[in-house]
Amino acid sequence: MHPLLLWFHKTGSPPEFYRLSGKFLPWLIALTALTGLPGLYLGLFEAPADYLQRESVRIMYIHVPSAWMSMFIFAFMAVVGAVGLIWRVKIAEVLARCAAPIGATFTAITLITGSLWGKPTWGTYWVWDARLTSELVLLFLYFGVMALHNAIEDPRRAARAAAILALVGLINLPVIHYSVEWWNTLHQGQSIRLFASDKSSIDPSMLTPLILMAFATKFWFGASLLSRARVQVLEQESGKDWVRQLVRKELGTDDLGKTP
Amino acid sequence: MPESGFGLFFGLLRRDALLLYRRRSETLAPLWFALIVATAFPLALGPESAKLARIAGGVVWVIFLLSSLLSLDSLFRSDVEDGAFDVMLASRRSLTVVVAAKMLLNWLSTALPLILLAPVLAYSYDLDQGAQQVLVVSLLLGTPLVCMFGALAAALTAQLRRGGVLLSLIVLPLTLPVLIFGAGAVEAVLTGGSARQPLLFLAAGAVVSISFGPWLIAETLKTG
Repeated sequence: MHPLLLWFHKTGSPPEFYRLSGKFLPWLIALTALTGLPGLYLGLFEAPADYLQRESVRIMYIHVPSAWMSMFIFAFMAVVGAVGLIWRVKIAEVLARCAAPIGATFTAITLITGSLWGKPTWGTYWVWDARLTSELVLLFLYFGVMALHNAIEDPRRAARAAAILALVGLINLPVIHYSVEWWNTLHQGQSIRLFASDKSSIDPSMLTPLILMAFATKFWFGASLLSRARVQVLEQESGKDWVRQLVRKELGTDDLGKTP
Repeated sequence: MPESGFGLFFGLLRRDALLLYRRRSETLAPLWFALIVATAFPLALGPESAKLARIAGGVVWVIFLLSSLLSLDSLFRSDVEDGAFDVMLASRRSLTVVVAAKMLLNWLSTALPLILLAPVLAYSYDLDQGAQQVLVVSLLLGTPLVCMFGALAAALTAQLRRGGVLLSLIVLPLTLPVLIFGAGAVEAVLTGGSARQPLLFLAAGAVVSISFGPWLIAETLKTG
């Protein structure tokens, strides 16, 4: 077997995944803190307030990275789900399942921070702007995938169904985005596009915290995903011997009691 | 292979049409639903014809999306529950053909009646002639895609005891672009623009859904 393929299968086995992810987890949390804390400090205190948007511009340092993550995680979920669907890799199924609530949370954060920013800048919490609307639809897509996951009891069948839905959603996502954009120009709504034309000229003092936060959210996603997946793996494999041995080791005792 | 794919296709079509006929009141329920909702809008918004004409395209499209949900729950589940689906799988015939027959019948029984009803609804909403034609064309081109997403959701939830609200949660976000282009085409004509662009998008969607839909849904049913 090709060494890469061997590695792939080995990491895909639940005990090996559990062992490896336990090693990665502290590092990911440390990296989140290392990038997130300076990113937040620079963004919320050091970066200059905007001439037009004043202090409310600081919401951007949370809003924009979350918006990037909301789309990145959906793509991640669909691709990992496809890997699980095609090669029946158990861990891929678990990862896809655990990514959905994280992505939904980032989407919700994007919508909430966006509307908080919109109140002082646009004068309203919500407009039917193209990007706002497609972000809202993205949230609905996440909910659909999560609801399907929860409705089907057998975790492996649930994973396959949810993976198909996530893939169809991923293909549909650009269509939704551009159709909403087209709809928006048709209706000639509020023409308050702040970043429409001169977006490229962003000052380094604002770019640094933004990039730091972009990395922090990625690392946080990794950490959150792994810790969720570890719990999920233990739950799905609870009947297996390696989990039994693990619990025995954690408890430091041989007496587990008889489980039916 | 004792029979051609066409024999299988038309045989299934006849069987399912007969089943739909035997459950007439259930089959016609989406149509009554559409009529009632169409009556509700003028009652809620007032009878001024200018306002009604303005919203007619959107209303008809929303009504179609909602009424198409009503028939989805039983699309595959009845066959899964009574074991007919297992026989179809065991027969080693192409499941794609089976699904194609079911999808065509689903379109004939839910979309077609509403497409025929649409000019009447549009007339009662005082939509002008040109926009009426665009509405009907947009429905003809857009409904296959909606039916495909519906069938996909039905396939994903076929093994569950009830699809219910889950179905609408899955279908509605996926179909929003169809709604936008369908209602947008009518809106474009009303505001003096051209409906060419949205109609072409819908046509592309129809081609994709007819050519890939049955295969995708058959594969989904197999993994379920």
